[in-house]
Amino acid sequence: MSDNRLMQTIFGRLTWDALPLHDPIVLPVFGVVALGGLVTVFLLTRYRLWGYLWKEWFTSVDHKKVGIMYVILGIVMLLRGFSDAIMMRIQQAIAFGPNEGYLPPHHYDQIFTAHGTIMIFFVAIPLVVGIINFVMPLQIGARDVAFPFLNNLSFWLTAAGAVLVMTSLFVGEFARTGWLGYAPLSELDYSPDTGVDYYLWALQIAGVGTTLSAINMVTTIVKMRAPGMTMMKMPIFCWTALCSNVLAVAIFPALTAAFFLLMLDRYVGTNFFTNDLGGAPMMYWNMVWIWGHPEVYVLVLPAFGIFSEITSTFTGKRLFGYSSMVYATVVITILAYLVWLHHFFTMGSGPTVNSFFGIATMVIAIPTGAKIFNWLFTMYRGDIRFDLPMMWVVAFMLTFTVGGMTGVLLAIPPADFVLHNSLFLVAHFHNVIIGGVLFGLFAGIVYWFPKAFGFILDPFWGKVGFWGWVIGYWIAWTPMYVVGLMGTTRRVNHFDDVSLQPYFIVAMVGVVIIAIGIFGFIMSIVMGVKHRRRLADTTGDPWEGRTLEWSTSSPPPHYNFAFTPVIHELDAWYDMKRRGYERPADGYRPIHMPGNTASGVLISGLALVMGFGMIWYIWWLAALAFVGLLAVAIGHTFFLDRDYVIPPDEVARTEAHWHEQGALT
Amino acid sequence: MNAAQDPEHAHTGRRGYRIGTLLAIVLTILPFWLVMDGVLDRTTTVVLIFAMALVQIVVHVVCFLHLDTRAEGGWSLLAFLFTAVIAVLTIGGSIWIMYHLNTNMMPMGG
Repeated sequence: MSDNRLMQTIFGRLTWDALPLHDPIVLPVFGVVALGGLVTVFLLTRYRLWGYLWKEWFTSVDHKKVGIMYVILGIVMLLRGFSDAIMMRIQQAIAFGPNEGYLPPHHYDQIFTAHGTIMIFFVAIPLVVGIINFVMPLQIGARDVAFPFLNNLSFWLTAAGAVLVMTSLFVGEFARTGWLGYAPLSELDYSPDTGVDYYLWALQIAGVGTTLSAINMVTTIVKMRAPGMTMMKMPIFCWTALCSNVLAVAIFPALTAAFFLLMLDRYVGTNFFTNDLGGAPMMYWNMVWIWGHPEVYVLVLPAFGIFSEITSTFTGKRLFGYSSMVYATVVITILAYLVWLHHFFTMGSGPTVNSFFGIATMVIAIPTGAKIFNWLFTMYRGDIRFDLPMMWVVAFMLTFTVGGMTGVLLAIPPADFVLHNSLFLVAHFHNVIIGGVLFGLFAGIVYWFPKAFGFILDPFWGKVGFWGWVIGYWIAWTPMYVVGLMGTTRRVNHFDDVSLQPYFIVAMVGVVIIAIGIFGFIMSIVMGVKHRRRLADTTGDPWEGRTLEWSTSSPPPHYNFAFTPVIHELDAWYDMKRRGYERPADGYRPIHMPGNTASGVLISGLALVMGFGMIWYIWWLAALAFVGLLAVAIGHTFFLDRDYVIPPDEVARTEAHWHEQGALT
Repeated sequence: MNAAQDPEHAHTGRRGYRIGTLLAIVLTILPFWLVMDGVLDRTTTVVLIFAMALVQIVVHVVCFLHLDTRAEGGWSLLAFLFTAVIAVLTIGGSIWIMYHLNTNMMPMGG
């Protein structure tokens, strides 16, 4: 008995049962992942890459490298989230009538929760933040972000959250509550295992990272623009990045607070969201959606910015209605705060509340529609080059418009009462998130990849990826709209009505085509690396770009610009080229840059350990990690040697190297 | 530039602190007096307390945090107003929504 007590003090509720030793699905996955991990570690050691990774990447505060690490994290997690999607599609395609499928409800519920959580928090957010991180400082002519160390810390906190979610796959279980962890289901009474705790700690740790990153980006845009770049001469992508991060700063505290109260309920027995003793589960829904709806715009606004930059570049015209685009973005930012109740029309508010939020929701369609027309008018009579980024723009406009219209349909409260919780709703938000956010991110990755690595992605495989995603999306989700309209509810792992089966089989075919799309995307990177000599970009301006990031080399030097550019016009680089700009070849001055630091990795690693300790009730471990975290954070403030100066002759050498390279082609 | 470095601002700054402190004291004592002496009826008292709390916020922000139209080229004021709007929207909206839910729900047993 006392032995048992001792084990509990040391290991909390962590026992051998937490490992999936007798699960026929998870165990092989675990084997493959473990093997893959070992091979990676072996290769990194074999080729002595640890030092390089640590010095050049993990501890780097360079906004370009942090951005690239964010994008890599997003792509890795996309593969995880997509495997969840494929598993759900297979289950729903076979589990009809007598066939129970291969996933019991217990497992299926974890999969749809993990899918949603991962796709939003660890795919969409890292990809959006990563692209903003890489592109925005270059576009405003800055050398780094306002708080370079904070940027590195934000990334590692997000990565720590992702590691926690991945850990739940093999040690213990993940939440079975849906991606927002609705109370009272997520309370201790109904979810006593570690699932919801994994969810809460992963998202709290990653959420701190996202909030800090948002503060960093807003400050950078407001304070660090190159001389002459007034707000209305700022590239539209920076405007959307600004609005997106302002939204994020304002809403993430609401989510953090909601999760914190739920944690108190689960750990210390308060009753904020329980359904007795005066708890109000509805308040939880209210608070998470105060975060949740604006979050949609946090993700989609930068995507709109990417589409705007690409449309303007590939039509060789300045963006139609730049100022209306800015105002539309700002109006969307404000309206985004006024619509959150449309996610719970059916909860029981009266007609006045429901109509207010319904109408506010419909109003958002107006600035969004204005944006679509701006892109169309930019293309009108333009000299359109249908390179891959532009193809994504056109696919986006066609796909997203349908998603927008079903959104307005759902904004009508009586219609929502019928369609609430149905697959129609699920099809709608996949339509806007895949068709809007994800297409935008792919467009952005293809567009800025040469800037980041110095060669363009393989166009053939890129097109395979494009067609796979676009065709796959429509085949997978059109049947979901149809069955949803007929009343099929979401989050179900077995259907009795066999007449619905064909729709789900078609949807499964669609997801297989999307898999081809993902394969094509990965191949476009692999083949791009293979043919990097042929696909090289030596000019720094492969697409005839219009904004400042194209005025420096590809990849840009650490310091981005040898001389801080001075801006006279919107589309600054186009303006410079038109006036016969020539790069100065001498007169370089020393450049002051921020230096690397390991504090970000350490703090996030300790946060990860603390989260793990709290999830498994290993109190001593959590306490120890927390104290360590504070010690590192305080210690970091005494670490004063955190910058360095690049001497002029090194700048001269770097610049000369690029000039020679350009002269060769 | 902060007030200590700039003699001209230091003067107005000090006067600002004096005015701010006086106003803050008055705005704190008044609600206490209203409650302790019970001079007005309950609703009026509650409304007045909230009103004075809001004025108190403005006093702190203007006199102690030196928020004006010129701070950081107007960005500080913009950020403050934005925060205020968001706070009003989310708190006001939540109260409105929860009030409706409370009214429309069936009373719980027990």
